[in-house]
Amino acid sequence: MLSTVQTPPRLLRSPSAAASTLRCIYTVPCCGPSRSPNSQILTARKSLLSRETSAVDLAKSFCERLRRTEPQIGSFLHVPPHETVLKQAEELDVKIKNGDRLGPLAGVLVGVKDNICTSDMPSTAGSKILENYRPPFDATAVSKLKRNGALIIGKTNLDEFGMGSSTEASAYQVTANPWDLSRVPGGSSGGSAAAVSARQCMVALGSDTGGSVRQPASFCGVVGLKPTYGRVSRYGLVAYASSLDVIGCLSSSVADAGILLAAISGHDKFDATSSRREVPDFESHFVSKDGFESKPLRGVRVGIIRETLGDGVDSEVVSAVHGAISHLEELGSILSEISLPSFSLGLPAYYVLASSEASSNLSRYDGVRYGSQSSGDDINTLYENSRGRGFGSEVKRRILMGTYALSAGYYDAYYKRAQQVRTLILDGLKDALERNDILVSPAAPSVAYRIGEKKDDPLAMYAGDIMTVNVNLAGLPALVLPCGFSVGRLPVGFQMIGSPFDEEKLLKIGHIFEQTFEGGECFVPPIL
Amino acid sequence: VLGNYEAVIGIETHVQLSTSTKAFCSCPYNYGAQPNTSICPVCMGMPGALPILNSKVIEYAVKVGLALNCKLSLSSKFDRKQYFYPDLPKGYQISQFDVPIASGGFLDVDLPVEFGGGHRKFGITRVHMEEDAGKLIHAASGNFSQVDLNRAGVPLLEIVSEPDMRTGIEAAEYAAELQRVVRYLGVSNGNMQEGSLRCDVNVSVRPLGQLEFGTKVEIKNLNSFSSVSRAIDFEISRQVLLHSQGEADQIVQETRLWEEGAQKTVTMRKKEGLADYRYFPEPDLPAVTLSDEYVGRIRDSLPELPETKRRRYESLGLGMQDVLFLANDMNVAAFFDETIATGADVKSAANWMMGDIAAYLKNEKLSINGIKLVPRELASLIAAIKTGTISGKIGKEILLELMSKGGTVEGMIEENDLVQIVDPVEIEKIVNRVLKENPKQLEQYRSGKTRLQGYFAGQAMKETRGKANPELLNKILLQRLT
Repeated sequence: MLSTVQTPPRLLRSPSAAASTLRCIYTVPCCGPSRSPNSQILTARKSLLSRETSAVDLAKSFCERLRRTEPQIGSFLHVPPHETVLKQAEELDVKIKNGDRLGPLAGVLVGVKDNICTSDMPSTAGSKILENYRPPFDATAVSKLKRNGALIIGKTNLDEFGMGSSTEASAYQVTANPWDLSRVPGGSSGGSAAAVSARQCMVALGSDTGGSVRQPASFCGVVGLKPTYGRVSRYGLVAYASSLDVIGCLSSSVADAGILLAAISGHDKFDATSSRREVPDFESHFVSKDGFESKPLRGVRVGIIRETLGDGVDSEVVSAVHGAISHLEELGSILSEISLPSFSLGLPAYYVLASSEASSNLSRYDGVRYGSQSSGDDINTLYENSRGRGFGSEVKRRILMGTYALSAGYYDAYYKRAQQVRTLILDGLKDALERNDILVSPAAPSVAYRIGEKKDDPLAMYAGDIMTVNVNLAGLPALVLPCGFSVGRLPVGFQMIGSPFDEEKLLKIGHIFEQTFEGGECFVPPIL
Repeated sequence: VLGNYEAVIGIETHVQLSTSTKAFCSCPYNYGAQPNTSICPVCMGMPGALPILNSKVIEYAVKVGLALNCKLSLSSKFDRKQYFYPDLPKGYQISQFDVPIASGGFLDVDLPVEFGGGHRKFGITRVHMEEDAGKLIHAASGNFSQVDLNRAGVPLLEIVSEPDMRTGIEAAEYAAELQRVVRYLGVSNGNMQEGSLRCDVNVSVRPLGQLEFGTKVEIKNLNSFSSVSRAIDFEISRQVLLHSQGEADQIVQETRLWEEGAQKTVTMRKKEGLADYRYFPEPDLPAVTLSDEYVGRIRDSLPELPETKRRRYESLGLGMQDVLFLANDMNVAAFFDETIATGADVKSAANWMMGDIAAYLKNEKLSINGIKLVPRELASLIAAIKTGTISGKIGKEILLELMSKGGTVEGMIEENDLVQIVDPVEIEKIVNRVLKENPKQLEQYRSGKTRLQGYFAGQAMKETRGKANPELLNKILLQRLT
């Protein structure tokens, strides 16, 4: 297969930016030192331990970049005063000086999607109904971040309650794609993807119910990792669709995604759906490419999903993904084309199931116990006013759809039917994964579109989820890596789907791909 | 009077389980605690909170299911029942819809002797697990209501009966038996006044012989077994009256409240068809799977239930009145069982417990566990009287001491020199003395007032401080008087 991927020209930098880049090469990694793999976390760790840099300096550089770029991008809904982060960094520097044991995320600046509860910062889920809401507890994933030494730089923007694919449905602000400020960053984890892309933080947590980590990763040219359902605790994730939601990772390298995943994974007694499976040592796979064999992916069976590379997919996306596929072949993998006849059924099944569960999960937002309340003379009026004013139109649309699909007389035709379709899709994917190590597809049918372009066309917006929803329906893990650009210099990502709880294989393959793809090309947007 | 009609009654009971913590979180539950002092993100329905099943709830549900002779569903699930109300924090109740943990059982009931007695077997349609809602407190002014979520998330079992009852008494006794069962099992306080046992009843009437059910009316606000009985009887009369006046169409499917003061049912709200609760399986909780081994273990651990006890007491030769008294309170039954276990005569033990002991409990407002008498000593007392060591009258006195102060029968007999006098020679001496000391009465007796025999007997008893054996005393007295 011929590769038609564009080779990106040298990145344009302003002189001052270039200087700061040279000084803080590990904070805006382009190509890292050749001995280590391309990983902000590993590079930072090395520099901190060798005292080459301090946690404070590291934090300062990110805070400064955030401050500088935020007016144009708007990734964050809440950024605590930088002093807070710097103070934590100071404490970390003391620990380093004392030779104390450090967590694997020590000094790592993390952005957290605003639908993940943080007790020391507001958590609005991008909605007015939770304006100024401060949870009384940290999500388990957040506790783990903190316990592992991470520094949370702020809460990122999202489509309200995770419902959307462009972040335009946030009740607060629109986030711009760092690659082209007139375009969407994708959604619903658009804020997290943009923040990582613009290097406002090293890594970020997002959530993925129908593709909300993977699609924005593709639009923003970053790595997006969706773990297996149950790998990461959902306790503290504001529920959208309980049987589909997962917390996922956004990063600038596969290694960083893996290290972050390891830190937040594991059984949680506060989440009955979390898995008791042991969390493998992902980090052991992130070796420098110098250590790779000549055909490091020899024998890896790659199944290309035929239905994802035909009609309805932008030709630029198709060609970029083909480029990725041929690179996989170069690395020694065995390609085959597979067909998933049930593929197109995923979208309607997803929207029925997700909306149904959402209509139930959002019933608690009534203005009585927390969040914003609009007064009323009687209880029904209070509910109507609070919910009417607090919810945006996309949320209302899905609540109504979900309520309808669950109502008497319709349950069998919609909800029950959708669950049956879900089983078909799951079986199809599982079957394909028995004959293949991974399955490959684009992460989205297009590159980032313009802000406002699909906002008034919900169905067109929904159609953009076609590549990602089946993975959620089946509960599988998936990894999205940038693999090329459109003519207009907009990133394209490709998706690798793995077997349940086999993130290890995805990360291993992803890391090898990334480290060898066009000489370790890094995707840094021109805004920097 | 029912006349040509038959009443059809079904009961829906909610039993609050006495687990240490709530159904889906680790908050404790204490009736009467200050509002909103036992809450957490889970039972408050805060964003991001998730339910975790308290395994004791399953254990208690299986116990009840087995005790009610149900078929257990080895694989069941939770469902969300959705509606909006301020005492329901999540906007849905975690319950079980189409696969309850137990179904198709029955409850054996013995109707009280004073209401005609008789044995009944009432069908149990289903038993399922669910969580309780919070409490609303309405301000007197009517301007606002307050929400107390202490009770939100407390585990409940909903027990639905088949529409097998025909009278208020049958319904009340069914409810009373359920209370007995849950108390015997130790899964609930079963207290109607505190709300740990709640009954809603459905009543309809139909002409005798008609197979079709009449219009069903639901009655709520029943706070005692007697109000269950009276409310049903009232409602039956109300419906029968309307039928007999040709106004049966005035009976509508609705919910009525029982007004204790006025002793009648009144319309609360008309049921506009069935509410749509949009049930769907609870995605946050895995399926509930029971192994045969788990069920077997619980079955083996069940205590002897009231029905079995009643049949056992019957087989001991006790009459129904005695059986019901002894078996229906598990503490009384335990006391009785322990007493007869040491060999005490069954009928004597029953008589003592139903007579002197019951009277004492009532007067002192104590329960059987509150008296100092222990079963072993009751058995001793019975034996002492049987062997003639003490008289029955002395026995009663000792009993009083034992109940209020404790101690042993043997000790008391010794201490107070209570041994019965059974030596005829001694008694004759006493009789002679009494007759000598009461010449006037003796004259009167000789002249015809034979009732004075009792007087002499009383005097003799007084002298012996009750220790003379009454039969022997009277025999000798009579001999001496004639």
